[in-house]
Amino acid sequence: MNRRDSLKALGLSAVSAGLLLEACKTETKPAAAEAAAATEGAAGRQPFEIERDKKLNGEKFFTAAEMETITVLVDIIIPKDDKSGSASDAKVPDFIEFIVKDMPDHQTPVRGGLRWLDLQCLNRYSKVFTDCSHNQQIELIDMIAYPNKAKPEMAQGVSFFNRMRDLTASGFFTSQMGVKDIGYAGNSPGKWTGVPEDILKHYGMENV
Amino acid sequence: MSDLQIKKSSTTYDVVIVGSGAGGGMAGYVLANAGIKVLMLEAGAYFDPQKDSQQLKWPWESPRRGAGTTRYFGDFDAAFGGWELDGEPYTTKDNTEFSWFRSRMLGGRTNHWGRISLRMGPHDFKSRDGLTDDWPITYDEVKPYYDKVDRMIGVYGTVEGLENEPDGIFLPPPKPRLNELYIKQGAKKAGVTVITGRGSVLTEALPGNKDRGACFFCGQCGRSCKVYGDFSASSCLVIPAVKTGNLKVITNAMVREVLTNKEGLATGVSYVNKEDMQEYQVNAKTVILGASAGESARLLLNSRSAAHPGGLANSSGVVGRYLHDSTGSSAGGFLPQLMDRKRYNEDGVGSVHIYSPWWLDNKKLDFPRGYHIEYGGGLHMPSYGFGGGIENMNGMVPDRNGNKKEAGGYGASLKDDYRRFYGTQFGMAGRGTAIARYDNYCEIDPNVVDKFGIPVLRFHYKWAPDEIKQAKHMQETFQEIMHNMGGIYGGPQGPETNYGLETPGKIIHEVGTVRMGDDPKKSALNKWCQAHDCKNLFVVDAAPFVQQGDKNATWTILALSMRTAEYILQQRKALNI
Repeated sequence: MNRRDSLKALGLSAVSAGLLLEACKTETKPAAAEAAAATEGAAGRQPFEIERDKKLNGEKFFTAAEMETITVLVDIIIPKDDKSGSASDAKVPDFIEFIVKDMPDHQTPVRGGLRWLDLQCLNRYSKVFTDCSHNQQIELIDMIAYPNKAKPEMAQGVSFFNRMRDLTASGFFTSQMGVKDIGYAGNSPGKWTGVPEDILKHYGMENV
Repeated sequence: MSDLQIKKSSTTYDVVIVGSGAGGGMAGYVLANAGIKVLMLEAGAYFDPQKDSQQLKWPWESPRRGAGTTRYFGDFDAAFGGWELDGEPYTTKDNTEFSWFRSRMLGGRTNHWGRISLRMGPHDFKSRDGLTDDWPITYDEVKPYYDKVDRMIGVYGTVEGLENEPDGIFLPPPKPRLNELYIKQGAKKAGVTVITGRGSVLTEALPGNKDRGACFFCGQCGRSCKVYGDFSASSCLVIPAVKTGNLKVITNAMVREVLTNKEGLATGVSYVNKEDMQEYQVNAKTVILGASAGESARLLLNSRSAAHPGGLANSSGVVGRYLHDSTGSSAGGFLPQLMDRKRYNEDGVGSVHIYSPWWLDNKKLDFPRGYHIEYGGGLHMPSYGFGGGIENMNGMVPDRNGNKKEAGGYGASLKDDYRRFYGTQFGMAGRGTAIARYDNYCEIDPNVVDKFGIPVLRFHYKWAPDEIKQAKHMQETFQEIMHNMGGIYGGPQGPETNYGLETPGKIIHEVGTVRMGDDPKKSALNKWCQAHDCKNLFVVDAAPFVQQGDKNATWTILALSMRTAEYILQQRKALNI
C-alpha cells in the first residue's frame, strides 16, 4: 500500500487532509464542545480510563471563589494580545480544575497557594486577591513572578506562581487556540522530505 | 460453596504460545503460515491499531492534554499497562531496585515502542574481552534471519559498513530535523560518529505487502499506526496470522503455569480467564513462551512438578538469573540560535532520525563495552508540560530588543517567550550494554501472590561500577556535544545520581532470564531456544539472550523467534517433537 492508499485507508485524501488543517484554524469551540470531543471516540480507551474520566468530570475541587482567583491569575499570566485570546478565553481554568483532580499532587500546592495569596493581600491591602485593584494585584504578582529577584520571604509564593505559570502554559498551548497561536504545523498526513531549503540556508546547515 | 472448577479442553493444539508480542507474534506468524494449528494466549485485551490507535488526535481531545496519568508515556500512547498493574504486584529484595513495565494487550509492548531496530553485531554474540559468556550462536548464524525480518517487516536506515553495527536491507531513511542537524554537527566535532537512525517504519510501501500502508509522517508511532505503517506485533504478525485460519487468539487469558506429564514433557498450559475468572487448561504438543523475559521466567519457576522440582527447564538453576536491562542516562537543553524559528511540519517519523552507534575503543576506557546515543528535537505537537519551567530558560537569553530578561515573568512578554522558545529544545539519551550477572536476578517471592493467586516475581538487581562509569562517560560526552552545538544546558549529572543512570528496568530492555547455551548445567535453553530439560518447550522473547549489546532488543527477538519457529517446523517434520 503506498502513501495515497494509506491516506485513503484513514479516510483522508489530500483534499480532506487540507480540510483537517482548515478545521483547526477555525475559532475555538465552546468548552462544552471541547469536553465532548474529549470524551467521544472511546475506541482504544480502556474501560477503567473511561470510568475514571467520567468520575473526575462529575467531581468539583475548587470553590467558586478559588475558580475566580484562578481565572484572574491565568489571564495575568497569558493575556489576550493581537495574536490570540487570553488563557480564560481558551478555558484554561476548566483545564486546571480537571488536572488537579487527575493529578492530586497539584491539589494542596494550588489550594494552599491561592490561600497564601489571599492572606498576603489581606495583610497588605485588607482585601482578598480578587477584590484588589489591578495595580495591587500586579504589585503582588511582581513580588513572586521573578524567582531570582524575589525576596526570600516570598519563596512560597514563587513556587506557587511557577506552578500556576506552568499549568497555564500547558492549558493554553494545548487548546485549539494555543496550538494555532504557537504555529504547530503537524498532525496532518504528508511526506517529510527534510528541513525546507530556505531554512537550511538561513541557518547555514545545507551541508551538514 | 464456590463453583470454581478447572475447565479442561479436549482439543489438543499443535502449539500453544503464551504472549503476543514480538516473540510470540513472530512464532505464531511463521507457524500459522506453515499450516500448524496454533493457540495464542494473551494476558491483556484485544488491540488492533487500525481501530484502537489514538493517532492524529489533538491535545485538546484529551482532558489531561496528553499527560501520562493513566498511561505512563502519555494519554495517547499505545500501552495498556505500565510500571504498576492493579492487583499484579512485583517485589524487590535487599533494598535493590527494579522497575518492570508490562503492557497487557495484543501485541504487548510493540504497540508503543520506539521502533529503533538495531541488529546486534558479531562482537555482541562473541565478546572480545571475555568478560561475559558467549552466545552459543554467532552473528553469521543469525544474519539470514535478520535479513528475512528486514524484508518481511521493513526497516529504514543507511548502509554504513561499521564492524559491530551490521547493515540491514534498508528502506530510505527520514532526513534529520533542524535541531538534529545541530546535534550532528556538534557530535561530529566531538569525535562522536552520527549516522542515520534505523527504525521499523515504512518510509516507502513495503515491497510485496498489500496489508500495510506507507508512513504519512505524523511522528506518532508511539500511539501505534492505523495504517500499519510501523511495526507492531499486533498489526504485522498476529492479525495477519489469524487471517490464515490457523491461529486462534484468546485474550484476557493470564497463564498460570506450564503443565507437564510424568516424563517431564509439556502437555499444555493452565490459565485464568480474566473475563469469567474461571480456570482453564489447554493441551498442546508444543509449548512456546513469549510472555516477556520476566513473565516467561516467572511461568517456568511457577511450573514445578516431580519431574521438574526446581521449576520447569531449571535443572541448571539459571532461570531468573543474568537479568539485565540496558543502561540509560540522558541530557538536554535548548538552542538559542533557533529562537523565533519559522514554522513548518517537522513531525517526521516516530522513531529516531539520527543516532550514534558506539564509536570508541574500550582499551582506552575504564569500563567495558559501550553505548549508543539516541537524539531528538524539533517543532513537536504541544502536550501537557509544554513550556514548563520557562523560568529556567527565559532569563538566559536577551529579549527581542537585545536586553537581558529577568527570569520568569508573566503577561504579554511571557506569552511571546513561549512562542520564541518553541522548537528550540533537544534531547539525547545513552543506551548501553549492562553486563549480564548471575547476581542480578528475579525469583518467585515466597510470600506474595497476585490477584489470581499466582506467585509473583521478586527482583534483585544492582548496578556495578562498570555501568556507573559508563553513565559518567555518557554525561561527559553529552556535555561536549551540547557545548559544540552552541546550546544552553545544565551541568552534567554527578555521583549523587550515579551520573543519571536510570533504575534497572527503566529502559524496558530487560533480557537474559532464561538464557541459552550449549552446556545444560549453565543454561536453560539450547541454541534453538529449546529447553534442555523439556524438548517440546521453547522460549522466544528476550529471556534467551545471553548478553545484550547496546542494541535495543526487539529486532533480535524477532530474528531469534523466526529461527526457532523454523526449527520447530523441521523438528515436527523429523517427528522429534
